[in-house]
Amino acid sequence: MDHPLIEIQELECVRDHTPLFSKLSFKAEAGTIIQIGGENGSGKTSLLRILTGLAPAESGQVLWRGESIHKKRAGYAEALTFIGHLPGIKAQLSPLENLRWLAPSADKTDYFYALAEVGLRGYEDSPCYTLSAGQKRRVALARLYLEQRQVWILDEPFTAIDKKGVEKLEALLVSHAEKGGVVILTTHHELKLGAAKFQQVLLGRPKSPSADYEH
Amino acid sequence: MSTKSLEQSNSKEVLVPDIEFVARAPISEGRAFMRLLRRDLLASLRYRNDWVNPLFFLLMVVTLFPLGISPDPKTLTMIAPGVLWIAALLSTLLAVDSLFLQDFEDGTLEQLLLSPSSLYLMVVAKVFSHWLVTGLPVALLAPILSIMLNLSGEGLWVLMLTLLLGTPTLALISAIGAALTVGIRRGGMLVSLIALPLHVPVLILGTGAVQAVSEGFAYSAHLSLMMAMLALAVVLAPFAIAASLRISLGD
Repeated sequence: MDHPLIEIQELECVRDHTPLFSKLSFKAEAGTIIQIGGENGSGKTSLLRILTGLAPAESGQVLWRGESIHKKRAGYAEALTFIGHLPGIKAQLSPLENLRWLAPSADKTDYFYALAEVGLRGYEDSPCYTLSAGQKRRVALARLYLEQRQVWILDEPFTAIDKKGVEKLEALLVSHAEKGGVVILTTHHELKLGAAKFQQVLLGRPKSPSADYEH
Repeated sequence: MSTKSLEQSNSKEVLVPDIEFVARAPISEGRAFMRLLRRDLLASLRYRNDWVNPLFFLLMVVTLFPLGISPDPKTLTMIAPGVLWIAALLSTLLAVDSLFLQDFEDGTLEQLLLSPSSLYLMVVAKVFSHWLVTGLPVALLAPILSIMLNLSGEGLWVLMLTLLLGTPTLALISAIGAALTVGIRRGGMLVSLIALPLHVPVLILGTGAVQAVSEGFAYSAHLSLMMAMLALAVVLAPFAIAASLRISLGD
């Protein structure tokens, strides 16, 4: 009962023989927004992929309500929306057809509502290859209005989104946290989140590059 | 304790008691299967290269063989099952490259792995839709192509039957290779290397059945064995494919 929603314990990540981070521990309680910060190549995306369970960690574990996410894969999947740096949109299909597969539990009026919310009214049936990069990302973000899952893991959600869209997305993140959700995101953008509980996790290189050549 | 009550207790923790957190219930496995099947069929109908090219390849190989070897009807009848089967096998290998690659590149593959539906069933849906656009047309074209190779009568229908039984097996086996190599750039050659040895029994039985017919022998043993292989592949290959996908996306 007292378990935080997500708990990261002593996580270590190594890519191509280079340690990215180690002994990383933090907790994500319900109602918080967590921003993962760090330079390019510091392992932000790798961390998010470990948190979703897509990638294995070198050591350490990720707990969902006190149990390893690999043991409770189905329960965790039902509570997780992950939007990676690839938006997960099929170019040949229209936004509506994409959402029908990406967020299958919603119904038709929901899709129209969500697409209107992300500013794609009128584009419901045009194939996604005719959309701009920002619009494609908006199709992916429409899932946030549809699935109502508790944990949102978002990799650079603000990329290619215009100023007005950014404000709206920030407000959406805050309202999600206020409802008791958790948002874990990476972004280089300064977040304006108002009153929401906000935490920052900074990833840095544990060693200087020269130290790598010593052995 | 159910998830819902946990969620409620959590929303109390953050002192927002009036807004309750209610996640949508996931859809049933059957509906998830149909959604993915529909999505993949729609996507391949809109992007024809992936399945039209292998069919053209098949057509060209079968057309060129009589020109290259001999237009003698007897010779053609003799080589027909082998030519058709080899062409079908190679066109399967050509097509299987695209099975997971596009999904990998646009990020839908990671969404598939993260979806609450069973990955086993999702993999079956993907391979099935792939077979519907690449394998089934080959089997349906076979009678027309057999006539070009002077194969007629019972042999023609047996050939079609073996292709109907064999191409899904080939697709399932090649899909393991495709899943293993999806993370590697240009894994095309590797897929063939992994899958080809496993294709050989299917090829031998498929051509064997047609030859048995033309020589007047019983062919039911061949067909039974092919059915057994298909049953085995349908049950076991999706496990291997699902596991390979998890490995491929893990790094």
